[in-house]
Amino acid sequence: MTDKNGFFDLSKTTLSRRTALKGLAAGAGLAVAPGFVRYSQAQSSAPIKIGFQSHRTGIGAAYGRWYEKTTAAAVKAINAAGGINGRQVEVIIEDDGTDPGRGAEVVGKFATQHKTDIVFGTLFSHVVIGSAPAAGEAKIPYFVVSEGHHVASTKLNRYVFQPGITDVKSQIQSMAPWIAANAGKKVTQIFPDFAFGYDHRDYLPPALKAQGAEVIAQIAIPPTESSFTKYFPQIPAETEVIYHVMVGPAVLTFVKELGEFYGSNRPQLFGFIDSLEAVDINSPGLEFLDGSHFWEGSPRYAQPDDSAAQKAYRAAVGIDDNGAAVGDPKDVSTAAHMFGCWETLYVVKKAMEDAGYKGPEDRAKLVEATEALTAFAEGPEHPQGPKTFNGKIHQCFGIQNISKVEGGKLKVVHKTKIEDGLYEAEGDYTKQAL
Amino acid sequence: MSEASPAKAYALHLGVIALLFALSFLLPEYYHGLLARIMVLAVFAMGYNMLFGYVGLLSLGHAMFFGAGLYGAGLAVIQLGWNVPAAFAVGLGCGAVLALIIGLLALRTTGVAFMIVTMMFAQVFYLLILYFAVWTGGDQGQVVPQPARVLNFGATSLDLTNPTVRYMSALALFSLVLLVTLATVRSRYGRVLVAIRENEERTKMLGYDTFSNKLIAVVVSGAICAASGAAYALLFGYVGSSFASVQYSILPLLWVLLGGAATTLGPLIGTLFMYYVIDVTSGYTSAYLLIVGVALILLVLFFPKGILGTIRQRWLGWLP
Repeated sequence: MTDKNGFFDLSKTTLSRRTALKGLAAGAGLAVAPGFVRYSQAQSSAPIKIGFQSHRTGIGAAYGRWYEKTTAAAVKAINAAGGINGRQVEVIIEDDGTDPGRGAEVVGKFATQHKTDIVFGTLFSHVVIGSAPAAGEAKIPYFVVSEGHHVASTKLNRYVFQPGITDVKSQIQSMAPWIAANAGKKVTQIFPDFAFGYDHRDYLPPALKAQGAEVIAQIAIPPTESSFTKYFPQIPAETEVIYHVMVGPAVLTFVKELGEFYGSNRPQLFGFIDSLEAVDINSPGLEFLDGSHFWEGSPRYAQPDDSAAQKAYRAAVGIDDNGAAVGDPKDVSTAAHMFGCWETLYVVKKAMEDAGYKGPEDRAKLVEATEALTAFAEGPEHPQGPKTFNGKIHQCFGIQNISKVEGGKLKVVHKTKIEDGLYEAEGDYTKQAL
Repeated sequence: MSEASPAKAYALHLGVIALLFALSFLLPEYYHGLLARIMVLAVFAMGYNMLFGYVGLLSLGHAMFFGAGLYGAGLAVIQLGWNVPAAFAVGLGCGAVLALIIGLLALRTTGVAFMIVTMMFAQVFYLLILYFAVWTGGDQGQVVPQPARVLNFGATSLDLTNPTVRYMSALALFSLVLLVTLATVRSRYGRVLVAIRENEERTKMLGYDTFSNKLIAVVVSGAICAASGAAYALLFGYVGSSFASVQYSILPLLWVLLGGAATTLGPLIGTLFMYYVIDVTSGYTSAYLLIVGVALILLVLFFPKGILGTIRQRWLGWLP
């Protein structure tokens, strides 16, 4: 029997047009089969991986813990609303020990082992500066929540951004008008003798001078100091305001000894809440702060005029009206800073969506899309308040809060304007190659 | 300790270098980068081992030599705009000169007093970095700009930020220091150092100027540590005061003790071990330093002379 149509004739090797079309059709059929669909979508629906460089141990551990809580809450909210570009967000955490050497290794680990899309979340300045070269070399966007001026100084590189929290130069500049108008014109600064203190030492005098006030003395205290009484006689008698930014465990001793030195007849006190982040304002020894004022990025205590977005943010993160963990009043949060994690993640979301971000091959596009952002409206994504963003220096600018210690709570008495904190750009990252 | 033929010892060391070279092509990207860093820090440990292992002088201030190299090289690029070879030479020179000065002063003491004096000098060095923050960047440190980290050879240039170039540069430095260390400890001078460690009075009685020999060892040790610091600044792009803190004086001691004091390859083994224990355990728990501590206790119990030191004692007596 012969096969007339030659369908089974293996000797016939010529590929006819009809056979070719059949083959193509079969191939197309396979391509649209359910199994293939699942495979091809695997890449586009795989989670966006965010490498969280966390201070789990070392000096930054108290901050790190609350940065993790805030980040987890933000990611939960983002994922519940559909994720980024329709993809869920996955956070991978590595501890940097609050150490710049380990920090750089962790950035390398995210880029080359975990293969995350971005690195995020670093607070301490020396870790940011130590890690920035590794991010620049790996060409992985590095979104920090540090408040240091190092990003805006344009001395890092094009891959480093700080879009979720204002920098210390801007914060200090914003405080000066209120201090000069309400606290006093003659200011004595007491600050720790290291970089955080130097930012205050360098930026406050010109800011106050512009407001017709002056710094009459600057007292730097070594970071290893555990008793402060011997420094207080250096405070000039005509001082109207003591501007203090002591940080670390010694702050309780500092306040107690300052109280013993002055008694009830003290100058005005103005400080940065950095000193007392994660510390209960009602701790024994802090009574002397009653009536004094503090800078706060975001208020620790719930305020009567809190927006719906602020209330929703606090509930999502799990802090009560006193800024402590819900269910554990002694676990005081780092509320003045940690909102930056929440807001930064929403900036990342916006920039990824603007860039049509698909994967690490689009990192350069993500950098350019972030640089193209100009403003963030107050709302659920930015509960601390509205912000502007300068893409040339990779830094956001926003409002600041001045709070008064009253009845064992911090009550916001003044909110600055965004314009109060603006300054001339010191460089332009966008001129650097990607 | 039995004596190995020179060929056997050199063959082992060249084999280790060849293995590290081969690993450059075999390791996954992350471990490739990590090993480059480990090799640079192993040089630091080798410098420390020169003094601690072979002369028996326990210093708690070697971070200042590492820091001198780090800041010497880093600031030469950042503040003076010098090129990479010149900056490396500055770093090396800073470390050697500092070691000479510190050696002249600290070698007037021995034992616990030597530990305390070196620690105090290192603390002074650390505080000076903070004090001159305008130039050093203080505790925040500074970035060595990426465009400046290029090695030019006429028309061709090597970008030190390229992972392969960085790995090979680290390997070149490591190999050079390893072979110099091996040659030194096998030399007549190396034997004098061991004699000082074992019995300084007897060595003196035999007519050796032990002070001069110890001083040379301090300078060589300091210069090697400075070379490591300079390489760290130029290869990884950051200079910061934490690298001059007391922690970085204790780390090389730990690395050397783990790997085996007075063994040429012990510093590499110790540095590798510590790095990987931290890297792996930190992925599971934030209490990873506790695990590191337990690992150290177990090592002290079962490998009292460090990993290579115990292997040499029990099985391979010829190990240099």
